[in-house]
Amino acid sequence: MAVEVRIPTILRPYTDGAKVVQGDGATIADLLGDLDGRHPGIRERLVDEAGLRRFINVYLNDEDVRFLDGLGTALADGDSITILPAVAGG
Amino acid sequence: MLTIRRAHLEAIVAHARADHPDEACGVIAGPAGSDRPDRFIPMVNAARSPTFYEFDSVDLLRLYREMDDRDEEPVVIYHSHTATEAYPSRTDISYASEPGAHYVLVSTRECGSGEGPMEVRSFRIVDGVVTEEAVVVAETGEALTEVGP
Repeated sequence: MAVEVRIPTILRPYTDGAKVVQGDGATIADLLGDLDGRHPGIRERLVDEAGLRRFINVYLNDEDVRFLDGLGTALADGDSITILPAVAGG
Repeated sequence: MLTIRRAHLEAIVAHARADHPDEACGVIAGPAGSDRPDRFIPMVNAARSPTFYEFDSVDLLRLYREMDDRDEEPVVIYHSHTATEAYPSRTDISYASEPGAHYVLVSTRECGSGEGPMEVRSFRIVDGVVTEEAVVVAETGEALTEVGP
């Protein structure tokens, strides 16, 4: 499934500064693998052994994928994915 | 150096007092590349905690979409500490993800919800390195007044 992915400022060094990149995959997990092929190192910033990193939010269109099926969330052609680091602290 | 309007500074302080003893948080957005805090946007602390803050994930998406549509960026990201000094905690440093933003911290540990002076400080947090910077308060139509550090 061909989708559009919005990249936050802090990860743009991986995308040569691009705010929006193209990606492909049947699920979010597939998509992250595909993105890592095109922009090596980016996947590591988003997931760890346990899944999506605690301070990274990934949205499918308007929904946080944590409230869908997480990394297993299915994608359709034309979906829009937004990656945003949490704004958080202590 | 952060240059901030007095009205914005007062709005941050008022928000911190109102939410004490929980941490308060928000953003002042400004035109991309301008380094000028322009639009005050208080956020809900979804953690509702005296030791942690986090923007709600749905609010976060809405905020960033809105800033994107207006060609803005988060010039200031502020939050309060309610029992410790206005200095970035280890958690603040590990979660800091806007290298271009001024991280403004205030502390309500002395004043609580009441009147009284409040510590206000500003920092850059880039790749885990904290650098304090001066805060210049702009009085509308008046000369700038430097207040710290």
